[in-house]
Amino acid sequence: MWSFFHKLGSPPWLYRIAGTILRWLLPVTIVALCVGVTWGLLYTAPDFRQGNSYRIIYIHVPAAAVALAGYYVMAIAGAVSLIWKMKMADVAMKSCAPIGAALTFIALVTGSIWGKPTWGTWWVWDARITSMLILLFLYLGVVALYEAYDNKEAAGKACAVLTLVGMVNIPIIYKSVDWWYSLHQPASIKMTGDTTIDPSMLYPLLLMIASFYALFTCCLLMNMRAEILEREARTGWVKKLALGYRS
Amino acid sequence: MYFDSLSAALSMDGHGPYVWSAYAICLVVVALILLAPRRRRRNILRRLSAEQKRQQHGQISGNEGK
Repeated sequence: MWSFFHKLGSPPWLYRIAGTILRWLLPVTIVALCVGVTWGLLYTAPDFRQGNSYRIIYIHVPAAAVALAGYYVMAIAGAVSLIWKMKMADVAMKSCAPIGAALTFIALVTGSIWGKPTWGTWWVWDARITSMLILLFLYLGVVALYEAYDNKEAAGKACAVLTLVGMVNIPIIYKSVDWWYSLHQPASIKMTGDTTIDPSMLYPLLLMIASFYALFTCCLLMNMRAEILEREARTGWVKKLALGYRS
Repeated sequence: MYFDSLSAALSMDGHGPYVWSAYAICLVVVALILLAPRRRRRNILRRLSAEQKRQQHGQISGNEGK
């Protein structure tokens, strides 16, 4: 058990294991995304009230769900790097930020496009939408804060603190559709109680949510690999790796 | 397939432009976050490998830098 944590802190081991995982996870993810998109776009019936515009759900909900889940990953990595000064946790935190920002951006833009035919407007300053916009700024803030410092150790600390303070936004996003009167519809899939979505629409949606989780994992591992190489550029194992590299 | 023809799938009873543009934007962003780290890693490896070749070359011809 402890030796596993010990290995997690080792850059060459992490670099290698991430590569091994990516070799099968990346093709599986891309195939699953293609199947899910085709299923949702072409093989499901339209919603009886929203018509075909509801098909945006197959990218909007997965992107928003994984954008939130990604923030947990970033916050846990930030806490670990603050408390135990684990370098690889700092790498993980930094690698989460651009992916989280991209997914939040997808959720906001697709939501805006979905809002036009459904609500008659591109944008409202509604609790759910505004708190998602704050999430985007938090992700972008972490990216920008890293670049702002020359001292990378200080940058890591500042970003971890920003990430942890930003955690207050997460329950607000979850509860926003219940706490405030909102245009945004409440959750259709529930952990407890009845799910108010037809199985023929639920299965492609679940596939897309799983695919987006896998997509996040792939991007995180790829970002971490690049980051590890850059930070370890002066070490023997990276030099050996570069020597064998044919461009 | 739900739609009868390709044109029906494209128009989606008037919702087509919204749905397809949302998916197109999503595709572009997903392609970006998948390709950017791959490019970055390759650039680092290429740079390091070029640096090493330069150093080796410098040692052989006897005019090492610093």
